[in-house]
Amino acid sequence: MDYGLTAELLARMQFAFTVSFHFIFPAFSIGTASFLAVLNGLWLWKRDTAYLSLFEFWKTIFAVTFAMGVVSGIVMSYQFGTNWAEFSKRAGAVIGPLMGYEVLTAFFLEAGFLGIMLFGRKRVGDRLHMFAVAVVALGTLISATWILSVNSWMHTPAGYAIDAKGNFVPENWWEIIFNPSFPYRLVHTVLAAFLTTAFAVGGVGAWHLLRDPTNRQARTMFSMAMWMAAIVTPLQIAAGDLHGLNTLKYQPAKIAAMEGHYETRDGAPLVLFGIPNEVDERMDYSIEIPKVGSLILTHKLDGRIEGLKAFPEDERPPVAIPFFAFRIMVGIGLLMLAVGLWSLWARYRGNLYGDRRLHKVALLMAPSGFVAVIAGWFTTEVGRQPFTVYGLMRTSESLSPVAAPAVGASLTAFVVVYFLVFGTGVFYLLRLMGRTPTVDEDHDLEKGPIRTSGINPGPAEELDRARGKGHA
Amino acid sequence: MLDLATIWAGIIAFAVLAYVVLDGFDLGIGILFPFFRKRGDRDVMTNSIAPVWDGNETWLVLGGGGLLAVFPVVYATVLPALYMPIILMLLGLIFRGVAFEFRWRTRRASFLWDIGFWAGSTIAALMQGIALGAIVQGITIIDSAYAGGWWDWLTAFSVTTGIAVVVGYALLGATWLNLKTSGALQERSRRISLLTCIGTITLIGVVSLWTPFLNRTYFERWFSFPTAFFSSLVPLLIAICAFLIWQGLRTDKHLQPFLAALGLFVLSFIGLGISFYPYIVPGALTIQEAAAPQSSLLFLLVGAVVLIPIILIYTGYAYWVFRGKIDPHEGYH
Repeated sequence: MDYGLTAELLARMQFAFTVSFHFIFPAFSIGTASFLAVLNGLWLWKRDTAYLSLFEFWKTIFAVTFAMGVVSGIVMSYQFGTNWAEFSKRAGAVIGPLMGYEVLTAFFLEAGFLGIMLFGRKRVGDRLHMFAVAVVALGTLISATWILSVNSWMHTPAGYAIDAKGNFVPENWWEIIFNPSFPYRLVHTVLAAFLTTAFAVGGVGAWHLLRDPTNRQARTMFSMAMWMAAIVTPLQIAAGDLHGLNTLKYQPAKIAAMEGHYETRDGAPLVLFGIPNEVDERMDYSIEIPKVGSLILTHKLDGRIEGLKAFPEDERPPVAIPFFAFRIMVGIGLLMLAVGLWSLWARYRGNLYGDRRLHKVALLMAPSGFVAVIAGWFTTEVGRQPFTVYGLMRTSESLSPVAAPAVGASLTAFVVVYFLVFGTGVFYLLRLMGRTPTVDEDHDLEKGPIRTSGINPGPAEELDRARGKGHA
Repeated sequence: MLDLATIWAGIIAFAVLAYVVLDGFDLGIGILFPFFRKRGDRDVMTNSIAPVWDGNETWLVLGGGGLLAVFPVVYATVLPALYMPIILMLLGLIFRGVAFEFRWRTRRASFLWDIGFWAGSTIAALMQGIALGAIVQGITIIDSAYAGGWWDWLTAFSVTTGIAVVVGYALLGATWLNLKTSGALQERSRRISLLTCIGTITLIGVVSLWTPFLNRTYFERWFSFPTAFFSSLVPLLIAICAFLIWQGLRTDKHLQPFLAALGLFVLSFIGLGISFYPYIVPGALTIQEAAAPQSSLLFLLVGAVVLIPIILIYTGYAYWVFRGKIDPHEGYH
């Protein structure tokens, strides 16, 4: 009774499920950590309580998100071994040290200063607290750097040799870390995290503006978010274009799948929409703009673009998922651009806080970054198939010696637990976001484990008290 | 003798030990939840570890990530062998990790997250102990791949080590509470410290007497020169730690019982190290066989040598910032 599901397919589903769920949290916490650092910096600089209360408002949300990111991330660090033992064995010597550096330079940094960031303002003073907030933000970025280097190496392997047993052996660490797709992927992913946060913050700001257009905190966060949307979206579109060109150079089969091209053509059209027909190897019902596909990818009207048929059948990725996921990502990107431009126009007209239609659209766009990020990852990761290390190691060779029932059982357990735990977590996050951000709210938000700072006297007070009691 | 592979085995062992003693006491807090029924007590208990638990758990990621980097074959054989306990441990850690935040985010369902915190902590500890027992009793590896069955890990021995770790973590948690709390809560944690101390030492004894009969290598290791010297010393050192715990609790010392409980774990861990060497997976893979290529070992070693001391310094600083007793009354305004 395996319903045709092999251990390999189940293990892939498990990885896709756990990593997608996991990435939702860092995609948000990378941006939020930097946002918090900016808010705290502005509070210390301008001493405007609006920034402090926004810091407290988003701090709690960050803490809940971060906790979910940590526990779902630990799963990832062990899943390579449980389900993908052959991959770990053969590629571990190359990617393992990069992950080791991620732990040493990022995870410990974040964990070590997170406590001080969340609970320690009164204990260590403003300056050290600001330092801790900045270090946590830096840690999230360092973490992204290493893990994207690992991921990029799996797409565009470099700097390795292969020994007699078929294991990858590192030859040149510089080439491994700075493999050809890494700079593009890093920029694209970090900007995506910033945009995800910007639209989430903008959506929350819009929600509160719709209820009370005079709320200063809501105005401040909405304004900051819309600046980000207006400035970062065009940068992201440019970065995405460069990333696409890089993919065309190193993984042309993936581009063919993303674009829905089966035939190799000079002056290929841009397929706006269609339904991939993998049996007859063509696009059904496709809507195309002539020549524009070549224009985008080669920056020439009659540039040559290889179609899927140019690649051996056993080296082609599936078409449907990259094709549709790519369109979802790009579509959302264009919507983000539209919102960013609209906000600039509203700002120019002096109507940023009064334009209720803009607020409603921004509210609808609140989850857009998450959808785009997951769609982007599906595009690139499914597009890498049928390989784990592109062109060198097949997914089918990467599996642990596990049986389908074992993988199926653990997959079921993960699905149940993730929906239960993280579903509840998202509910709590929405409730935290729904609270009206007021200036005196920071007392209210001190509830929870965050209270530790309030419970304990700071070092100075503690000393005074000890002296007073004559114990010192 | 002191080559890169051996140095790395030492670093991984250090990371695992750091994980065991650090996350040990905060998992212990979760294990002890049923013995403290008042909401206020539980708030103090979680608050005593809220600022540090995440850092404690990072050592587990270093252990896993480090193993993948420098002993990929071990990572690729031990994890499939321990498939089910590892997955259950991860699920347990998810429940307890989010419970820190979630139990504050709801009034109605708070008790559910308290249950999750207890169950998650207990399952994670039990599975870690079972995993340890399974490694000690041996893993079938043929041609650098796991070749055993799906239930090989489940034996009377591994269940015993599992229980031993749960009780041992409870001891760490109870002595941590003795250090961080005051009043009735501290009084109660003192009594629990005594009970779990007796339990831990009994179980250490059972496991230590059982282990040499699992496999000839262990037997010879423990009863031949020069390691027999250590094996005769261990009972004495354990007895000293036990005495320090008992004496500290009787004379109202706050730090000493916790440190002595950590001592019990360090001694047991050294004992394991002596049993294993030169193997990294007993009877199957030696440290040398399992090591990654030299360039991997060297590349990560540079970072480890520089960064681990820095990590220890700022982790120590974070503990220092949150030092002292948790005051329960200021929490209720």
